[in-house]
Amino acid sequence: MKKHAIFCLLYLISGFLHLTAQTQFITRNGKATFFSRAPLENIEASNQQVLSILDTQKGEIAVSMLMKAFKFEKALMEEHFNENYVESAKYPKASFKGVIKNLNAINFTKDGKYTANVQGEINIHGKSKLITTTGTVTIKEHKITIDSKFNLTVKDFEIKIPKLLIDNIAETVEVTLHLAYEPHKP
Amino acid sequence: MTSINSKFILLTLLIFFLGSISLKAQDDLLKELDKEQDTQKDFVSATFKGTRLINGHSVETKKKKELDFLISHRFGTLNSGFDDLFGLDASNIRLALEYGVTDFINLGVGRSSFEKNYDGFLKVRVLRQSQGAKSMPISLTAFASVVIKTLKSTDPEADESFSDRMFYSYQLLLARKFNERLSLQLMPTLIHRNQVPAQTLDNDIFALGVGGRFKFTKRMSLNLEYYYQFNDIIQGVNQNVLAIGIDIETGGHVFQLQFTNAQAMIEKGFIAETTGDFFEGDIHFGFNISRTFQLGKSSKKTKAINNE
Repeated sequence: MKKHAIFCLLYLISGFLHLTAQTQFITRNGKATFFSRAPLENIEASNQQVLSILDTQKGEIAVSMLMKAFKFEKALMEEHFNENYVESAKYPKASFKGVIKNLNAINFTKDGKYTANVQGEINIHGKSKLITTTGTVTIKEHKITIDSKFNLTVKDFEIKIPKLLIDNIAETVEVTLHLAYEPHKP
Repeated sequence: MTSINSKFILLTLLIFFLGSISLKAQDDLLKELDKEQDTQKDFVSATFKGTRLINGHSVETKKKKELDFLISHRFGTLNSGFDDLFGLDASNIRLALEYGVTDFINLGVGRSSFEKNYDGFLKVRVLRQSQGAKSMPISLTAFASVVIKTLKSTDPEADESFSDRMFYSYQLLLARKFNERLSLQLMPTLIHRNQVPAQTLDNDIFALGVGGRFKFTKRMSLNLEYYYQFNDIIQGVNQNVLAIGIDIETGGHVFQLQFTNAQAMIEKGFIAETTGDFFEGDIHFGFNISRTFQLGKSSKKTKAINNE
């Protein structure tokens, strides 16, 4: 019986650990777009292969994407984006790691729309920056979706725009994120 | 009793095992994402800035629905002296249009003032250098062109038929981008001319080109290109062609400035008919300017929309 007691205990512990793991949600096809409005041309690009993990218990969120997966309207823009601006060969990924500051205000088990205040570190072009932004968390039939829109200043990430092209590329670009999560089964 | 007991132990172990896996996964969310990403294949892009290395083609092709307008000039030789302002008075030009039928198939047409040549070519990307799963060490592009020479012969007796004026060039372009700065290319070449200027000359010319670029800033690179010819050189008729140039890229334009001993800007000309000797000062200054127009949405974008 002693043995049984030990196994029961192990069972309980492992079960508990297993349950906590259920609080992780993942997306492999999140969408990120950026929009640059400049006097000569508007540039828009979108990435449909954004990876993200959300831990609803700890309130942690991580986002990662390959810069090369951004698709542009013009093939040449895409080449210049990768070659001259974000230097994708040297810095292949952009990432974000942050926490939801008002985790208590969000009930992940109840349908509804919640505003999440997110604070974290964004890394683009090998440079990190602390940002605070908001996102809309939508819970519908146990599905979690996060939408966010924020502005990034190109200069903050040491991405240089030549003077000659200052009318083609905006100094501040608008970033939109759409992440629809599924339960993460490791 | 024992069988129930062992099943219970097995189940417990299994659940505990699963539990410990989940525990591991919680370490660092970003690291967890890295694991998801590493399996993706990554194609190498921009081995060269333009579709030309200097005189000859590079492995690069225009993307789908891109139209490239290419203006090339070669001036007279530098050793022609001050009277000709080091060759600036004598100039020949080639105007060309190149179009991306797909990302991998390009068609082009051109007209050179030199010998009043009309040329058409087909360029097909066969292999793309890539990293990651099933990586490929090199890029390979196949090139074929037809040239029709329309300059009338100076000999009034000569009776050249249409086919006598035709030339064919075939190239395999093999390139590797070693790093962000250095790319090298090999170009085995076959040129066939239906008619040769003298009977002792071969109709088929074999040549091997080597070249490369070294990027010294993000938008500028130093290029070198050399074609070694296996036929006519032996007979002392022609010279091997050497070219040294600089690429400057500004948005939709690529400017290429070069010094070369070739006067022609098409393969059959600069590989098989160059007579100037680079080291004797028979050097032509020249430039290529390319302007790319996007005639519709690029293929990738359309695909992305369809996926939605």
